[in-house]
Amino acid sequence: MSLLQVKNLIVEFPSRHGTLRALDEISFEIAPGEILGVVGESGAGKSLTGASIIGLLEPPGRVASGEILLQGQRIDNLNNDQMRSIRGRKIGAIFQDPLTSLNPLYSVGKQLVETIQAHLPVSDQEARQRAIALLQDTGIPAAAERIDHYPHQFSGGMRQRVVIALALAAEPQLIVADEPTTALDVSIQAQIISLLKNICKQRGAAVMLITHDMGVIAETCDRVAVMYAGRIVEVGPVHQVINHPEHPYTAGLMASIPDMEVDRERLNQIDGAMPRLNAIPKGCAFNPRCTKVFERCKQERPELTQVTQFDQSGQTHVACWLQSNTTAEAVR
Amino acid sequence: MSQHNASSAQQPLVVAHDLAKTFDVSAPWLSRVLERKPRQLLRAVDGVSFEIERGKTLALVGESGCGKSTVARLLVGLYEPTRGGLTFDGEDAHAAFKSNDAKAMRKRIQMIFQDPYASLNPRWTVEAIVGEPLKEHGLIQDAQELKARVAELLQSVGLSALDMVKYPHQFSGGQRQRISIARALATAPEFLVCDEPTSALDVSVQAQVLNIMKDLQRERGLTYLFISHNLAVVRHVSDNVGVMYLGQLVELADKQTLFSNPQHPYTRMLLDAIPKMKDTGRSRTPVQGEVPNPLNPPPGCSFNPRCPLANARCKTERPVLKSINGIKIACHAVEEGRH
Repeated sequence: MSLLQVKNLIVEFPSRHGTLRALDEISFEIAPGEILGVVGESGAGKSLTGASIIGLLEPPGRVASGEILLQGQRIDNLNNDQMRSIRGRKIGAIFQDPLTSLNPLYSVGKQLVETIQAHLPVSDQEARQRAIALLQDTGIPAAAERIDHYPHQFSGGMRQRVVIALALAAEPQLIVADEPTTALDVSIQAQIISLLKNICKQRGAAVMLITHDMGVIAETCDRVAVMYAGRIVEVGPVHQVINHPEHPYTAGLMASIPDMEVDRERLNQIDGAMPRLNAIPKGCAFNPRCTKVFERCKQERPELTQVTQFDQSGQTHVACWLQSNTTAEAVR
Repeated sequence: MSQHNASSAQQPLVVAHDLAKTFDVSAPWLSRVLERKPRQLLRAVDGVSFEIERGKTLALVGESGCGKSTVARLLVGLYEPTRGGLTFDGEDAHAAFKSNDAKAMRKRIQMIFQDPYASLNPRWTVEAIVGEPLKEHGLIQDAQELKARVAELLQSVGLSALDMVKYPHQFSGGQRQRISIARALATAPEFLVCDEPTSALDVSVQAQVLNIMKDLQRERGLTYLFISHNLAVVRHVSDNVGVMYLGQLVELADKQTLFSNPQHPYTRMLLDAIPKMKDTGRSRTPVQGEVPNPLNPPPGCSFNPRCPLANARCKTERPVLKSINGIKIACHAVEEGRH
């Protein structure tokens, strides 16, 4: 059974000029121990998806319909107190900027101990021992000394390690990591990514990794979901999506990344920009920027359908009329 | 302009020699006296020398805090160097920046900043933003003519002349960065200093902006100093690449050589740290350690605590940038053939 199920999730923002639909019928699953990557450009709704799962949607944003199930139990309709007992205990969170996710006035040890004791019935002494062990596991040298230091005494990479330790403190089964390495240098990024990957493997925690960096996705994730304008346009095993992107948007996104191996005079670019929420085009939201657009794309919205052409396992799903068109032709 | 062009064919357009900038980050005087703290100096840039030929791009790469942006600010005259200087087209640029004729030099060197959300005045229209340098340098007085020129500039970066009446908040990040490029191009500069121009942008938009920058370079013969921490982007845009570490250049080579045959252990480490798209699931060799505190850099080669090739000499003697096999490199190990 999947650990997390999101079914037809719709998130809306009521505003003076009408209701804006930021997430439009998102559905996906995460299996226990799996790393699911979520990619897309700014404004695609990646972070909102993460925020709705951990129940931290900023008002006036609200879940308008759909369900979020953790181990078969609905968590989208829980009240604040009930959600607090799940956050941290069952779902851990890691955010982009490690400095703003730590309290500058408390030592990291105090923050860790507080988190551990909020969720687990352990003594002060035991909680401290656990905190030191956690810091050691996340690769902080001299953890027994560093535990009494304050966040400002750590470097960016070390701070992100502390945040990972905090997220893992109560041994959650799911970690939602929202751009965990974006604020870090490439060299440190590699350290943090391999740490996140290994430590979650060891503890059997599943990860939802939200990022705009395809490179990070490629080396970390088992599966990847590509988002565009509040919808999932393609989801599948990572090697499949990266090597044989089915959706024109995924293909364009992949081609616009400067390649280390190939020299090109010009980069492939996707012309235009992602539509604003109040002006999402009819039909497929990508149609004004799509190079392979045809009449149907402008009229009807495509839904996620299974792809069988390249992907033998049939795990890739894509929302594009091109797909049903080619399969229809193949059948004929 | 004619006297500039006469000499420009042979010599590089931009020559930085031994550029250095030291910031005084000491505690306030009273605290120093009461707590007996010494003065603290931060050597943000410590003796950087390079040349850029006309129409070429030099990229500077390195981790946060290595002094890349300080070099950029030194080149456009936002900072005055503590030591060394910049020769622009045979002229001492920093002397020119201080002279009465400073505008003539400023007109020729312009800058594009990292964050297009912070570098444009939110209360000005695009016309005012792009037109300001034209007015400031007295290039165009007439309002109609100014409008026409601004429209032309906007079109050259792929925006519409109708965008002139809008305000920055009405544009997306990529469009805003194009407005900054249009503004930088207004005075028809020869040298553009670009400080992380695409790192705040999404990849698809980054591709648009990089393509525009390359097109403009081809059309106008622009010279770029391109600062970035993204090696894939650097590989795409540059002709030569300088790798910086703690305020110093550790390797300077042409693009092909640097990427196919990196010499300095730090350059190799940076290249290894790039995620590889092709082989999914393969993890990178994570770099060990972090950049040391620049207030208290290690003795000898500043990279020695993280370097796999460090020996006793590296811990005591600071390597200087030398020409070895056609590239410039500051490393004892490479010099001694230990790598």
